[in-house]
Order: sequence, then C-alpha cells, then structure tokens
Amino acid sequence: MADHAVVADDVVDLSRRKFLTRATIATGAVGAAFAAVPFIESWMPSERARAQGEPVQVDLSKLEAGQMITPVWRKQPIYVVRRTPDMVQRIAGHNADLKDPDSKDSTQPAYAKNETRSRTAEILVLVGICTHLGCLPKQRFSAGELYPSWPGGFFCPCHGSRFDLAGRVFTGSPASINLRVPPYSYPNEHTLLVGAEEKGPA
Amino acid sequence: MAANSADTADAKGGLWAWINKRLPVTEFIREQLTGYYAPKNFNIWYFFGSLALVVLVLQLVTGIFLTMFYKVGETTSFDSVEYIMREVNFGWLIRYLHSTGASAFFIVVYLHMFRAFLYGSYRKPRELLWLFGMAVYLALMAEAFMGYVLPWGNMSFWGAQVIVNLFGTIPGIGPVLVEWIRGDYGIADATLNRFFALHVVAIPLGLLLLVALHLVALRRTGSNNPDGIEIKDKVGPDGKPLDGIPFHPYYTVKDVVGIAVFFILLAIIVFFVPTFGGLFLEAPNFEPANPMSTPEHIAPVWYFTPFYAILRAVPDQRMGALLMFFAVVVFLFVPWLDRSPAKSIRYKGLPSKVALTLFAVSFVVLGYLGLQPAEGLYVVLARIFAVIYFLFFILMPWYSPIGAKPVPERVVYHAH
Amino acid sequence: MRTEVRRVAWAAALLLGAVAGGSGWAAAAEEKAAADGADWQHWHVNTDVTDVASVQRGARNFVSYCLGCHSLKYERWSRLGTDLAIPGDLLQKELLPPGDKTSDYILTTMPAADSANWFGKTPPDLTLMARARGKDYLYQLWKTYYVDPTRPTGVNNLRLPAIAMPHVLSELEGLKTAVFKDVTRTEGGQTVHEQVFDHFEQAAPGRLTAAEYDGFVRDTVNFLDYVSEPTQAARRSLGVWVVLFLLLFTWLAWMMKHEYWKDVH
Repeated sequence: MADHAVVADDVVDLSRRKFLTRATIATGAVGAAFAAVPFIESWMPSERARAQGEPVQVDLSKLEAGQMITPVWRKQPIYVVRRTPDMVQRIAGHNADLKDPDSKDSTQPAYAKNETRSRTAEILVLVGICTHLGCLPKQRFSAGELYPSWPGGFFCPCHGSRFDLAGRVFTGSPASINLRVPPYSYPNEHTLLVGAEEKGPA
Repeated sequence: MAANSADTADAKGGLWAWINKRLPVTEFIREQLTGYYAPKNFNIWYFFGSLALVVLVLQLVTGIFLTMFYKVGETTSFDSVEYIMREVNFGWLIRYLHSTGASAFFIVVYLHMFRAFLYGSYRKPRELLWLFGMAVYLALMAEAFMGYVLPWGNMSFWGAQVIVNLFGTIPGIGPVLVEWIRGDYGIADATLNRFFALHVVAIPLGLLLLVALHLVALRRTGSNNPDGIEIKDKVGPDGKPLDGIPFHPYYTVKDVVGIAVFFILLAIIVFFVPTFGGLFLEAPNFEPANPMSTPEHIAPVWYFTPFYAILRAVPDQRMGALLMFFAVVVFLFVPWLDRSPAKSIRYKGLPSKVALTLFAVSFVVLGYLGLQPAEGLYVVLARIFAVIYFLFFILMPWYSPIGAKPVPERVVYHAH
Repeated sequence: MRTEVRRVAWAAALLLGAVAGGSGWAAAAEEKAAADGADWQHWHVNTDVTDVASVQRGARNFVSYCLGCHSLKYERWSRLGTDLAIPGDLLQKELLPPGDKTSDYILTTMPAADSANWFGKTPPDLTLMARARGKDYLYQLWKTYYVDPTRPTGVNNLRLPAIAMPHVLSELEGLKTAVFKDVTRTEGGQTVHEQVFDHFEQAAPGRLTAAEYDGFVRDTVNFLDYVSEPTQAARRSLGVWVVLFLLLFTWLAWMMKHEYWKDVH
C-alpha cells in the first residue's frame, strides 16, 4: 500500500538490521549480567557476618581431663575435648572398623591429618556437626559405653552415626565422612584460637 | 486455532507448539505486539508510559532486596538502613537505586500525566483509562509517603506526624481517625510497623492490579496521539489503521532507546548526586527520629510540595486540608471539563495554550514554594499560584472550546 | 540530529553541567574567606575523601579530641583500617582504645548518663553528622568559638549559639573574642537595637598557627565526611564505568532504532 505507514525495504538493509539488533541485544545482555552482580553479591555474608565470624578465643585452663566444652565459631558448635592418655590410646586399634582411617576424604588442616587428627594429642578440636545430615553428635567417651567393643567417641542420635575419639566415622554409619576439623592455633598454653592459624583469620 | 498450532509446530518446533497448545503465547505476541497498531506520530512525550513500567519494576526488585536486610521497628529501622548502606555488599547501591527510583517515578509520572493534558488523552473514549491512571497516582502517593517513614529518620517521623494530623481536620471522626491510623497516641512503633506492611505488600499488589487495568483499558481503546485524531477512523484494505505501525518492532525498539537514556540519567544521579542536593534524600533524615526535636523546616519530599504549598496557603487548617484534597481530586473531572472539539493542544485555541502553560508554571512554582518556609512573600505567591492552579480546572469548560482549529484527517509525521 | 535526540542530549548535558558546575562553583567560592571571620556564614569547605593522608590525619584528630565523648557507632575499626590503608597492628597501637577488637564499632568510653549530667545533653553520635548538618556546618562550628564568660563552659559559638560542647580544640586554636557592633533598625515605627557580630580578635594563642588550625579542621571534616559514607569513593568510580557503558548501549540502541524506522513513512 503506497498509503500505508510501513513500507518494507530491500534486502540489503536486512543484514545491517540483524547485525545492529544482535549487537544491541548482546550488549544489553552483558549489561543485565553486570546489573545482576550487586543483587547476587548482596546475599554473600555481610561485613557484620564476617565480623561475627572472626576467630574465637577459648580458655583451656578450666578444661579438665576427659571433659568437653562447646564454644561457637561461625554459628557452628566446636567440640573441644581434653583427652586423657587412656582416651588417646583408644584412638588406635580399630582401623578396620573405620570408613576413612587416614582421613583422605574429610576436611581438616594439614596439621590435623594424622592419627590423633589434632595439633597435640591431648586436645581434640572438631566441628560438632554430623557429616550425615547435620545433627549434633553426643559424647560417649567411655569404653564399652555403647557396646562391648566400643572404644569411646561420639554417637549421633538422629540416624545412629558413630565416630571415634579422633572424630573418624565407623562403618555401618549413615555418615561417610570423618568429622571436620576447623583451623585453629594456640596463641599460648592456656588459650585456643578457633578459626585462625598463626596470625591471620581462616 | 487447530490450523495455527499446526503452523507453529512446523515453524518453531515441538516445545513451542507444546506450550502454545496450553498457553496462548503466539496469540498474545500477535495481538499485543506485532499485531497491535499504534499511531506512528508518537513524540518524546510518549516515552513516559513505558518508563513508568520500568521504574515500577526497578522499585519492586530493589524494594524486595531491601526488605531482606531492613529490620522494621522503632529501635532497629534506622540502624538497619545504615547496616544496608555500610555492611551489606552493594547495599548502598540497592538503597540509592530505591530512593532515586522513588523520585524518578514521580518525575516520569508527572511528565506522563502532562502528556495527557497536551494531547487530550483523557478524552472520550479514554476516560476510564484516565481514571485508572489517577488511581495509580493516588496509590503511588500513599506508597511513597509510607516508604519515606520506614527509615525512621527525623523527617520520616515529623513528616508522618504532620500528614497524619491532617486527617484530624475531618469533622467529627477526625481525632478518632488519627488515633486509628497511628495505632498509638503519637506516631510510634505501631505506625511504623503497619506502614511497613502496607508499603511492602498491600499497596504494591494494588499498584500491580491498577497498572494492569490501566494497560487493559489502553488496549481496548488504542492509544491517542499528538494530533488527537483517532487512527482507527482511517483503515486500509487489510483492516489496519493507515497511520498505525505495529508496536513490535517499531515501538519496542524505540522504547529501548528511551529506557537507555533514562538509565543514563538515573545512573548519573545514583552514582554522583544521590541526595540530589537534599531533594531526594533529605538531610534531617540522617538523624534518628526524635519526638522531642522538630527539624527546622518540615517539608515533604519534593513530589508532594505543590499540594503542601496549597495546604499552607490557606490560613484555616481545615479549609487548607480540604483545598489540598480537592487539588488532587479535581484531576478526576478533567475528561468532562474539557469541552474542546479538538483533543490535542495543537488544534486548540490560544486560551487553552495559555491556560495549560500557566498551569504547568503554577505547579512548578507551587512545588518550589512548598519547600520554603511559609512566611512573607512566599505565602502571597502561594496564594496567587494556588488560584491560577484551580482556575485552570474551573474555567476549562468555558475556555477550552474557544479558538479551536480544524483537525487534520491524517496524522502529522516527520521521519526520524 | 532529530528533535527528540537533541532534546534528550540537552537534558543530559544540563544535568551533567549542573553537577560539574555545582562542584566547580563550590570550589571557587572557597578562596574568598576573610581572615577576621566577618563572613563566617559563607565559609565553605571542600573535602576530598580520596586524599587518604588527610583522612588519616582526621581520624587521628578524632581519636585524640573527640572519641572521649562522641561515638561513631556505625563504623568499625577494621573498616577504618581497610579504607584508610592502616595496617592492623598500627591501628591497634595508635588508634584502638585498649580492650577493643578491630571488628568492634567505634564507641566512646564515656557513659551516656555521665555526659548528660556534665554537659546537659548526651554528646550525639557523629557517624552521620556530616550528612545531617553538612560539612560547612562542621567547619564553621569549629572555627567560630569565642570567649563568653556568661556561659558555663566559658565559651559560646556563632554556628550553634549556646552550644553545650566546650572548646576542646582551644589548646590548638587558642581563644578568640567576638566583637559585636551595635546596629539600629526601624521596624514598624519602632527603633530596634541589635548586637550583630562584626569580627573576631585573637585573645590567646594556641599551639597551632591559624593556617595549621584551619588544616586541622579541614582534615577532621574530611574524616567525618568519609565516615558518614565510607562507600562514596567506590560509588563514584563505579559510576564512571556504568555511565560509559550506558552511553555505548544507548548509541547501539539508537542505531538499531534508526535502522528499523527507515521503514516508517
């Protein structure tokens, strides 16, 4: 229609049209992606969360042998146990009953990738969250407490996972990974700093 | 129907056909976009509708994110806003987008409404479109007022105090009504909390519904245009208006440019002058609400100041409130006050052009006066311009038909 | 260029010009402050929060002279350290009150009840003061103290008459007297006598020269400007990139639009 508002043009312009449309859409998509960043980033822990997640100092001077205290670091319960020499001995001798005796699959700092899973044999530091579905395991430190061959350790009441006195998981448990060891250090003899190694935070 | 789904199945493959059998997507695209013909002579005044939609989305998205971090409560609101500004990653950006977006909303909406005055977009058969638009405007004013209270700064508090007290001027029920709105004997935690619920949930839902109705009404009548003539009166053999062009791709493509330019202006403000000289974020609001200390000048945010000026122009509180209320309500009657044979200002006589110019000037001047202290020359000027403001409406049935020129048969279009 | 594009370009240019011009004009106005303070109400201070050295000095000034009574409860020490490039141990040694952790908020040690007793009101938190009252207000406040024996603190202030805060910086600025002149006006048939401020005179010297004290005040205002909005420097630098990107996008979008609209007659 000569009288109509829109008159289709010749083919030559169509490629320029396509190019410009694609260029604009592409640039727009890039812009939209950049625009999404602040909103997505806003969900990451805020400065308040990061400040509250700073390393926590724990006073060990009152912790008696065989006892456990549970400070909180980054909203998680931390199991701190002063193991007796007998408890340290009961870590060994049942590797055949463990799913991961050498802690190959679990998360721990380099200094905790040993048999006692700790810097020193005496103090055990674990994240007290069952690696199955997240319940808090209960302490069952006495030998024979659960069954005659029980060497002592932790028992999770939710689904029955069992861990030894170094936090390693027993076969037959729903959990498959040893309890996590968080980063930690000893600024001095009576103080444990959870969440930091040497100087800087984790 | 069956023939169509067979076509699309061939053209675009299985998934598209599957969806289209269950949801009228292709139909929608055809009816509302590629098959919807809009007048080809839209000018710059026609950007502001789509821009208003963009700002609505902006406010909804930034608002939702702010709600994730804001903690409502008279002891926590102010602190939580600073938490957002300083400790939430990019919280400052989300906050500034929301505060600038609020002012941008009113700039866009006022220009959008002005277009209606320029071209008679409220005239028959678009009266209901205009009324829905006015409802959106009223909801927007309530939304903005309540939103401003939420940071619980000193201006939040005192602004709420003044505006809520206005309801006390209503004869008889006034004092009880004020207590009912406040939920307490003064503006307090109860007021803040209910404003939060209304601002975040109730009014946005209402706004979405009203905007949807506004768009449906527009679709029903088709758009007006700068020449004020109905393009549907002149159709071609294919049944399409001769002066119309498909909305998609022509106006989708044009609106993208408008939106891009808008974003540039928005970005300049958000990143470089977010307080905009104290107009968008008022200085007293950086101090926490203090019922014992009134800010030196209590002024509402700029988009309310024309009406605030009218309120203060009248020496009597009750009359002032009534007149201020009337200043907003009078807009509703415009479709029936305008008696010109021509819709568009282009074909109205000189009296209409002078009147509209005077009205626009008085609106801006009243807005300025509303920001100033109510003393001396400012009060005199406020009274003069309030009179001009009302005369624009009251005399319209008389002056609007004067000098009307013949309206063209086809729209006036310059290629661009 | 088409009418609309031209109009929009004008709007953007005007907006940019207003922003640039505003700051330029503000910068120019600063040069003309009179030495004797007669024009104190027009004193205007330019601050540059990207001048890290100045903000650091301001932080030190604040800790030394203000933290005793005023808190900055929305700012953390660690944030200060990061933004002002002050390493953790230096922060701990030079600025942190003993016992505070770096992640703590900057709080004053003075109990609010005591300060309310001593000064008649609790010294307000200053985190947002630069945004609430403005930088010029703060600059003028610290530079218009004068001796006034009728006040409990022995001083008064032109910016905030009957100020409750003593002149904590008097050891640096010294003490000034304000000379008022008698001004008579006729108002509604009546003669009104008024004491209007005329100029300052230095009564006792401080440790700093006038220029040094001015620099001290500027640094402190700069610091309070930073602390009122720590993200402002990042905001501006990000803004440059955003606007540039949007200009590119607008240009492409316009080209696309123009291409399609060739169809329309």
